[in-house]
Amino acid sequence: MTRLTVNGKRLELDADPSMPLLWVLREELRLTGTRFGCGMSLCGACTIHLDGEAVRSCVTPLSAAEGRHVTTIEGLSPGVSSAVQRAWIAEEVPQCGYCQSGQIMCAAVLLREKPQPSDADIDDAMSGNLCRCGTYQRIRKAIHRAAKDIAGEKA
Amino acid sequence: MAHVVGTSARRKEGPEKLSGHARYVDDYRIPGCLHGVTVRAPIARGRILGIARDPAFDWDGVVIATAEDIPGPNVVTLIEPDQPLLAAGEVRHAQEPVALVAHADRSRAYQAAAHLKVEYESLQPVIDPAQSEQVFKSFLIERGDVVAGLAAGDLVVEGTYTVPHQEHAYIENNAAAAWFEADGTLVVLASMQCPYYVHKALKPLFDLPAHKVRIVQAVTGGGFGGKEEYPNMIAGHAALLAKKAGRPVKIVYDRHEDMLATTKRHPARIRHRTAVKRDGTLVAQDVDVLMDGGAYLTLSPVVLSRGTLHATGPYDCPNVRIRSRVVATHTPPNGAFRGFGAPQTLFAAELHMERIAEAIGADPVALRRKNLVREGSTLAVGQVLRESVGALQALDECAKRSGFRDKRREYARWNWRKDQPTWKGIGLAVVHHGSGFTGSGETHLASRAAVALTREGAIVVLAASTEFGQGTNTMFSQVTADTLGLPYDWITVETPDTSKVPDSGPTVASRTCMVVGRLVRQAALDLKAALVAEHGRVPHTRAHLREAALTLCGDAAERRFEREYEKPSGMAWDDATYRGDAYEAYSYAAVAVDLEIDKATWEVTVHRVTSVQDIGTTVNPLLAEGQVIGGTAQALGYALLESPVYKDGVMLNAQLTNYVIPTSLDTPEMDVAFVPAPYSNGPFGAKGVGELPMDGPPPAVAAAVHDATGLWITDLPILPERLARAERERKAPRNRK
Repeated sequence: MTRLTVNGKRLELDADPSMPLLWVLREELRLTGTRFGCGMSLCGACTIHLDGEAVRSCVTPLSAAEGRHVTTIEGLSPGVSSAVQRAWIAEEVPQCGYCQSGQIMCAAVLLREKPQPSDADIDDAMSGNLCRCGTYQRIRKAIHRAAKDIAGEKA
Repeated sequence: MAHVVGTSARRKEGPEKLSGHARYVDDYRIPGCLHGVTVRAPIARGRILGIARDPAFDWDGVVIATAEDIPGPNVVTLIEPDQPLLAAGEVRHAQEPVALVAHADRSRAYQAAAHLKVEYESLQPVIDPAQSEQVFKSFLIERGDVVAGLAAGDLVVEGTYTVPHQEHAYIENNAAAAWFEADGTLVVLASMQCPYYVHKALKPLFDLPAHKVRIVQAVTGGGFGGKEEYPNMIAGHAALLAKKAGRPVKIVYDRHEDMLATTKRHPARIRHRTAVKRDGTLVAQDVDVLMDGGAYLTLSPVVLSRGTLHATGPYDCPNVRIRSRVVATHTPPNGAFRGFGAPQTLFAAELHMERIAEAIGADPVALRRKNLVREGSTLAVGQVLRESVGALQALDECAKRSGFRDKRREYARWNWRKDQPTWKGIGLAVVHHGSGFTGSGETHLASRAAVALTREGAIVVLAASTEFGQGTNTMFSQVTADTLGLPYDWITVETPDTSKVPDSGPTVASRTCMVVGRLVRQAALDLKAALVAEHGRVPHTRAHLREAALTLCGDAAERRFEREYEKPSGMAWDDATYRGDAYEAYSYAAVAVDLEIDKATWEVTVHRVTSVQDIGTTVNPLLAEGQVIGGTAQALGYALLESPVYKDGVMLNAQLTNYVIPTSLDTPEMDVAFVPAPYSNGPFGAKGVGELPMDGPPPAVAAAVHDATGLWITDLPILPERLARAERERKAPRNRK
């Protein structure tokens, strides 16, 4: 039995503890917003938060989440109300959309750790999240926009 | 009413793609669904001697399907009936599907596939297209007299160029689910570009009439051509397993399988001989194109056609000969990929222009200006360009915005200093891309699209044209809203589902906006006329629209206005001679690439891309810019990073560790601008945009690399090791050894 909190809900799961968290989320909990892209931690489509850190759920076993807090894209905000998601809409970031859950989860951690990231900070944090539609330029812009919005809210 | 065409109306399906709620195939929970896995041949060519179940494995709950289970002919219908759904008897390429297994548990299904033992007899494969004796298709296009022309210039410039396979690497792998309804209807839910292609392929395979096959597009995680024809295969597999199992079956590829087995961009070798005058006038262009089609014909003739029709670049030259062929090899079939043959031949054509410029000591911008097509120009196929030719404007704007001439001087000074750690260069290219199907293709397709007014007063666009990131839904809504003079938010777009929408043709060939958008506009005009006839005007409040809907619909649930493709007047094409108006209209782009090369590592860093295009009226500037920056990123990958390695017909680097696609670090800032030359038959003047951005960057990169280093790298991708080797050979040419 693995005890963990997913999007604020405490759960006890009897799934195989070696099962990647991605499949626990998708198949056991039906949280399908976290995507499978490669299964080898190479594309970032499966990025989630584990105790607030961005991790690749495709290579993170369920056992690693014992006693910890998991947040998925579904738990990031009600609707698409987070500053990151609003910026993504304002900058018209998504095309096919498949990688964007992972991009957003990764960007949310970056903005918490570096509220005013430089282009280099953004590239450094985001370079592991692949987007074949090539939306990187817009992601950079959207992160800057979200940073401004968050700073404005706090001011 | 404010106009919405020309504004950056926000993407219709944007929010659901950012909340995790958009549903791709594997996000659907289908009760009783089994997971299907494909058993594939490990050899490039051979005979299947037998298929046997490993007696040591527990086969409980496993469903197995082979070619013998297919109700109809074992053929995936596309252009020629040569490709089987499952290999039977012979294997023509590595990774060819041989059998299928399914199980309720995904892992168990993979294990079962590994325990299905197929015995083969290997035969010698043909891997090198130059050695192939089977020609799938060839073209010969001539204008003037190329032999006389080659003798009439001041000099002849020759060059040979090669381009490799390219993997689509959409982040969502191919996926399909299939089931049979109680009444025998086959339903497929898949990640795809062309629902009616799948519909056409599955009818004969399962011996079903049209109304008993229903194909539905799930939200699709990228296509880029990779989900044009391949979904026919995976949908057929899922459906065959579903039939055998009597339960729904889902097949979702993993990354490795998708990269190993599905289609790639056609590799090509292109040779140019060009006669030119000292003043830069092109006198004759002689082009030879060889493409590798892979093991089955699939879409190769059409890819070759587009490659051939773009092979000279966007120039008006009096004497042209283009000879092209696509041949069979024992490798996985190559297929559609953004640009569809044109990026291959335009890389050669535009890099060759740079070599001509060097040979005659001309400025590359001036050389292009002298020969570029303009209104009134004639193409090699005899097409006279009557309108909407923005090539020159794009070139001038691109040269200006990128500071091309100043940068060339500045970088020459930088490169002259031997103590600098890098070389710098800037290069440019000008390309064209025909919108829509080639020649009479659109007439044969006879696409249909509709706009419906429902009893509830909803306005719905009905088309099979899919959304997979380009902005189809948004563009259709903008066109419909402005045609009716109603708010953008009032328009909805029906899910592409063959039981609900007419066949508006495949979502390919940069045709959705110009061709299908026009049909949608015509249908909306019909609805408008009906509303005006009934009420004197288009109602401007929801309540009035609902009232009008009740009268217009009568007893029906909706009133549908449907239009079918009509060839624009004055357009003529002869399939037999392959002459005439090859495309209704062309889009144009000029691209400048600014880069720097590390002298120690040969690593190329692209600092800036300036991309200026004429796509006619820009229906949605933000979405169009998105297409340009995305296509440019893919093109930079093709030019500099993406290096598929093959041995004996098998891709060795079928994973994202060593098949490298651009990351945010590899994707520079891009300056994107539009110089619209509206096309009178496009909806509000629009032409196509989707594929154009794939064409220009590779030759511009190679031109910039030459500007930086003086090296002509004529083979893609331009990897550091290729640059280092070229430099070694320059210092110590082989013939001196």
